Amino acid sequence: MMAATVIPHSPVPVREPILELEGIEKSFPGVRALADARLSIAPGEVVALVGENGAGKSTIVKILTGIYQPDAGSLRIDDQPVHLESTQDAWKQGIAAIHQETVAFDELSVAENIFLGHHPRRDGPWWRGGGLVDWAAMRSRARELLAQLEADIDPDTPLKALSVAQKHIVEIAKALSHEARILIMDEPTASLSQREIHDLYRIVAGLKRAGTGILFISHKFDEIFDLCDRYVVMRDGHYVSEGWIADVDSDQLVSMMVGRTLTQVFPRVDTVPGEEVLRVERLGNPTEFDDVSFALRRGEILGFYGLVGAGRSEVMKALFGITRPTRGKVLINGREVQIANPEQAAANRLVYVPEDRQVAGAVLGMSIKDNLTLPSLARLFPNGILDDAKERALTREYGLRLVVKAASWDQLLSELSGGNQQKVVIGKWLATRPDIIILDEPTKGIDIGSKAAVHAFMSELVQQGLAVILVSSELPEVMGMSDRILVMHEGRVRAEFDRSTMSAEAIVTAASGSH
Amino acid sequence: MSLNRFLKQRETLLALILVAISAGVAWRAPTFIGLANLHEIATDSAILIVMALAQSLVIMTRGIDLSVAANVALSGMAAAQLSMHAPWLPIPLVLLFATLVGLALGLVNGVLVAWVRIPSIVATLGTMSLFRGLTFLAADGKWVAQHEMSAAFLAFPRLDVLGLSLLAWIGVLGIVVAVVFTRHVALGRELRALGGNPSAAKYVGIRETTLQLFVFAVAGAVAGLCGYLWVARYAIAYDGVALGFELQVIAACVIGGVSIAGGVGSVTGTVLGALFLVLIYNALPVVGISPFWQTAIVGAAILSAVILNARGDRTDGLRLILRRHPAH
Ligand SMILES: Nc1ncnc2c1ncn2[C@@H]1O[C@H](COP(=O)(O)OP(=O)(O)OP(=O)(O)O)[C@@H](O)[C@H]1O
Ligand SMILES: [Mg+2]
Repeated sequence: MMAATVIPHSPVPVREPILELEGIEKSFPGVRALADARLSIAPGEVVALVGENGAGKSTIVKILTGIYQPDAGSLRIDDQPVHLESTQDAWKQGIAAIHQETVAFDELSVAENIFLGHHPRRDGPWWRGGGLVDWAAMRSRARELLAQLEADIDPDTPLKALSVAQKHIVEIAKALSHEARILIMDEPTASLSQREIHDLYRIVAGLKRAGTGILFISHKFDEIFDLCDRYVVMRDGHYVSEGWIADVDSDQLVSMMVGRTLTQVFPRVDTVPGEEVLRVERLGNPTEFDDVSFALRRGEILGFYGLVGAGRSEVMKALFGITRPTRGKVLINGREVQIANPEQAAANRLVYVPEDRQVAGAVLGMSIKDNLTLPSLARLFPNGILDDAKERALTREYGLRLVVKAASWDQLLSELSGGNQQKVVIGKWLATRPDIIILDEPTKGIDIGSKAAVHAFMSELVQQGLAVILVSSELPEVMGMSDRILVMHEGRVRAEFDRSTMSAEAIVTAASGSH
Repeated sequence: MSLNRFLKQRETLLALILVAISAGVAWRAPTFIGLANLHEIATDSAILIVMALAQSLVIMTRGIDLSVAANVALSGMAAAQLSMHAPWLPIPLVLLFATLVGLALGLVNGVLVAWVRIPSIVATLGTMSLFRGLTFLAADGKWVAQHEMSAAFLAFPRLDVLGLSLLAWIGVLGIVVAVVFTRHVALGRELRALGGNPSAAKYVGIRETTLQLFVFAVAGAVAGLCGYLWVARYAIAYDGVALGFELQVIAACVIGGVSIAGGVGSVTGTVLGALFLVLIYNALPVVGISPFWQTAIVGAAILSAVILNARGDRTDGLRLILRRHPAH
C-alpha cells in the first residue's frame, strides 16, 4: 500500500487503487450512455475525468454513488466486488460526491444540510430519547468540518443566508461528513470565480495529504493541470486513454477528447461599434448594487467581470425586469424605459440568459424542441397557432449551431447531459433574435469544442449588429471576447478597460477590491 | 421521443387493460359489447371525459380543482330552475346559461388562486362547500324532480345525431378540442412549461396569474356545461348531485398519467383513464362483481398509476418495491 519508487511514465497508478471500474455499460431507453467505461482511483491521488458534453462523466458519478446501477461491468472496492444500490450504500463504502446539479435546502441550517440523510442519533433506549436526532453532536461535528475547511461559517445559519461560494463549501463539508475515502467532484468550479477556486485548491491539497482519492471532473483545463495527477479520457461512453498529467499538454488532451485536433481560440472578429442602444444611469437597489452606469453600442461586446456575489447578475436581473431597481434610469435607443417584467423586456428586444439554468432556464419535462422554441412562440406564431415544421426548422438550426448532442430533437431535456442542457437554454434565447442580449456565464459547464462554437456564434451576432453583455467569471473568456470590460466589486463598478488597456493583473486587482 | 414512447407504453398498457376487461365481461355477458351497450358507455363516459380533460389542465399547472362536482350541482340546479320558470326557452340557451354560471364559479376559484394567492387545494376545498351550500339555498332545500322539467329539457342530451347521442358527441368534441389545444396552440405549450418549471416560465415572459385564471375558468365552464347535461340525463336536481364526482375526475387524470407535480400529461392518457373508470363502474356490476371490489380496483389502479408515474424512471418505481433492503 505504500508509495514505492515513482515510475514517471507509467500510466499505472503506483499505489493499490481503492476503487476500480471496468467494462461498465449503462443504457437509457434509446441512448447508450456508457459502452465501456474504465477507471481507477488510488489513495491520495487526484484523477481528472475528461470528455465532451455527453461523454458519460456524470453517468459514471451516478453509478459510483448508487443512483444508477450499471447494466454490465465490474465495480471493485479494495479489490472486492460491490453492488451499490443506493447513495447510502455508497456512503458506507466511503464514496461521497458533489454532484453537477446539487440539491440544497435553503430553509434548513448549514448543519442540517450537511447531515441530511445521516443525522447523528442519540444513544440509549428509545424511551430516553435514543434514536432521536442528536443536535449537539450534529452542530459540533459540523463546526469541526467547517473548521477543517478553514471556512468561517456558523453551522446554525440558514443556508439561504450564505453566498454562492459559501454554499459550495457547505457542499464540500457535506461530502466530507461521510469520512469519504473517495471524493467525487462533478464540475465543482463551474459557478465559482478565481478566489473561491483557490480556496478549493487548498481544500483539495489538504484532502490529498490525508489520503483521500479524488475524482475531479471539469471542462477547465487550467484547473486540471493545476490539481490533477492523472487523467482518464472518455468519448461517447467509451474509455479512450489514461496517463500522467505531467506527460501531456492541453492540446493533446483535447485531441484525445474530441478525436481530432482543435485549438482554443477566441474567434473575435473586429467590428466597428454602431450607435448606442442601451444606456444605464446610476442604477441601484438597496441591497445588491449601486451607482451602476454604462452604455452599450450595436456590434459591441461589453464584458462584466467580478467575483461571485459582486452583483453582476443582480444588475442584469434588474435590467430584465425580474427585480425592480429603486434608483437610476435605463434608456433603450435613447428612450427611457420602465421594465417591470420579462415580457416588457422582450418587447424592448432585450433578453437575458440567466446563469442558473437548472432553475431559471430549462423545463426538464419538455423536449428539446419545446424548450428551444418556447420564448419564440409569440414571435413565430402571432395568432397562437403552432406550426410543427417551422418549430422543427428553428430547433434544427440552433441545435446544430450549438452542437447539442441528443438522440433526437424530441428527447426530453432531463435526459441530456448537463452541458447539453446548457446549450439548449442558450439556444432558446439566441433564437429569439433580440437586439440586446445579456449572457450570464454562457459557457459554464460547456466542453471546449462547444465553447468555441458559442464564441463563434457570439462574434457572428455582433457582426450582424447585435449588442451583447457578457457576464463571465472566466478571465480568458471575458478578455478574449469583450471590446470593453467593466469590473464590479461589492455592487459597484470599480474599473473599466478597453482592448488597449486590459490586462489580467489589473482586472483581477480591481475585482478583489484593492487598488 | 422517450417520454412519448413511455407515455405510449402507459397508454398501450391502459388500452390493453380496457380491452381485457371488456373481453372478460363480454365472455360472461355477450350483450356487453353489443352496439347498443357500447353506445350507452360512450354516453355515460362523456361527462367524465370532458371534465377530466379540463381538470388535467389545472393539474398540469400544479393546481387542483376540488370544486368541479359542486359546480356541476350548482350550475345544474341553476339550469333546472331557469327551465322551470321559463320552459319556453330554447335548450341551447339553457346550455349556454349553465356554462356561463359554471364559468363564473370557475373564475371565483381562479381569482382566489391567481390573485389572492391561496393554494388551489385550499381555495377549491372552500368553494366546494360553498357551491354545495348555494345549491341547497337556491332551491330552498327542495329537489327539482322530473315532472317539473320540460320534455325538451330532458330529451336534449339523448337527441340522436348521426347515430350517436348528443352527449356522446359532446365527449368527442371535447377530445378534439383538447387535442388541438395541447398540440397546436401556443397557450397549451405555455401551460405545460409553467407546470414543468414555473421559474423558467417567468423568464420567458409567461404570466402565471393569467394562465391560472384561464385553467380554472375552463374547468368551471366545462363543469357548468356538464351541470345541465347531468341534471337532464338523470332527471333530478338537488344539492347532492354528483357528490364525490370530483374524486373520479381527478382519479381519471392520475390513472391517465397526468403528474400531480405538474408539466406532464396527455389527452390520450386522460381519456383512457376516464374510460377505465367508467368500465369499472358500469361493467363489473353486469357480471355480478360487488361494489366493494369496484372501489378497491379503482384504488389499486390509482396507486399503480402513481408508482409508474410518467415522470420517473419506471424501473426506479419497481425497484423501490422489489429492492432487498441491505442490512444495517
Ligand atoms: N436519464 C437519462 N435518460 C436518457 N439519456 C440519458 C440520461 N442521463 C444521461 N443520458 C445520456 O447519457 C449520455 C451521457 O450523459 P452524462 O450526463 O454522463 O454526460 P457528461 O459527460 O456528464 O456531460 P457534461 O459535460 O455535459 O456534464 C448523454 O448522451 C445523455 O443524453
Ligand atoms: Mg455531467
